[in-house]
Amino acid sequence: MSLRDGPFGDFRLQLIWVALAAAALAILIAAVVFFGRGGRADDVVRPDRAVATPPLGAAGAVTAAPVRWTGDVLGYGRDYLFAASQNHQLRADLAATQSLKDDVLRLQAENDRLRALLGVRTNPPIPTQAARTVLDARGPFANTRIADAGADKGVIEGNPVLSEHGLVGRVIGVAAHASRIMLLTDLESRVPVMTPRTNGRALLTGDGGPSPKLDYLRTHDAPRVGDRVLTSGDGGVLPRGLPVGSVVHGWDGSWRVSLDSDAAPIDYVRILLFHDFSQVSAASALAPSVLPPTVTGVQAPASSQPPSAIAAPRNAVTAPPRQAAP
Amino acid sequence: MMATRTATQLNPVGWLVIPALACALASVLLAVPVKVLGLQAPEPIFALVPAFAWPIVRPSAIAPFLLLGLGLFMDALWGARLGLWPIGLIATHAATLALRRVLVAQDVWSMGLAYAAGCALCFAVATLLSAGRSGEWPNLIAVGLQFVISVALFPLTWRLIERFEDADVRFR
Repeated sequence: MSLRDGPFGDFRLQLIWVALAAAALAILIAAVVFFGRGGRADDVVRPDRAVATPPLGAAGAVTAAPVRWTGDVLGYGRDYLFAASQNHQLRADLAATQSLKDDVLRLQAENDRLRALLGVRTNPPIPTQAARTVLDARGPFANTRIADAGADKGVIEGNPVLSEHGLVGRVIGVAAHASRIMLLTDLESRVPVMTPRTNGRALLTGDGGPSPKLDYLRTHDAPRVGDRVLTSGDGGVLPRGLPVGSVVHGWDGSWRVSLDSDAAPIDYVRILLFHDFSQVSAASALAPSVLPPTVTGVQAPASSQPPSAIAAPRNAVTAPPRQAAP
Repeated sequence: MMATRTATQLNPVGWLVIPALACALASVLLAVPVKVLGLQAPEPIFALVPAFAWPIVRPSAIAPFLLLGLGLFMDALWGARLGLWPIGLIATHAATLALRRVLVAQDVWSMGLAYAAGCALCFAVATLLSAGRSGEWPNLIAVGLQFVISVALFPLTWRLIERFEDADVRFR
């Protein structure tokens, strides 16, 4: 007996109901992917947001190349046409720079002397890796870029990224030859910052707009428009003192930050190969040192002592055992 | 006989696959970081065009899964949370499908309004999902700008509907 001869032989499901059922199934799959993956909002590394970085990095390099070539050709033509006026401008700039150079040298020498006088120890330089951004997402729900430097150049997740003007964001995903950068304006970007004038602390919170908000602002003095904003280094995710921007008053009444990195196109970036704060401290200061001799008479078991305590200097003076009370 | 056959058949490559690939390609091209006269290229949601047009042309069981793939591609391209755009696109698709009987054969202005409403639904879903996951409301001005740019793609939507609306006589 064929199916057509059975009780459901005349049963026909309208295509629109099939299509609606397919839509329901597809949206269910998407919901499982959306709600089932990803880490917490405070994770630095976002593997769920950094998928497909390798092929997209290659595709972005291919699609961006003609645009870059066109820009180079236009730039060459512009330089050729305006060579005379640029020459005059450069001569004027050079003359102005000569006096600035003398000032810089004088201030540098003075700065070195004052640092030596105060005993200030500057942080050692952090190695950087230059990269070019090849793809760009600018919408309100995601602000990321793909850079053409990856694990092969020593880039790891969490590395801060700077343009020539200031902090751009940080790396959230790394492939062999490409990495994805989450910009400060991204909806999930959170960066601890400070205002040097007041030493106030805040959390720079992206919302998909051009100027991130200053949340959880904690300061004795209210911020002013134009106050500089730097990374505070709190939490150890980013080094302290990276330039971020300046304070502005937002359209919604909140304090926001006009980003320094918006001053120019973010086409070339520097990725700071920053791992943790042991990089910016003197390694000798963090190395295990000889502990002072113990002053108690109670001898701890040898197995429980740290290696540095075991390797006490030969001339260390240990206190005599305490006499028992009569 | 031959004419009837060609009129009743709708090649899925022509009305489903090629528009989906065109949307993916257009999204990649507009993701190139370039500024023209100091302005960045807009970033519309091209996939809203087929998400609205496909159910108007005819109901399809393949279309939602194509939108699922297209949305996942957009998430991977833009670095958004995986699943964000598929949910928004399929929500628009399902709503349009449910109202198909009302929307079919409407004039261009009514269809434009319906398309704008579909875009608004997609952006509302994306906004709510993003706010729920990140704990922060997206900048509504930025959302509004992307919404307007996406609504501006309506001529492409209208073209896709007109191109295939009468191709399958069973769904006229």
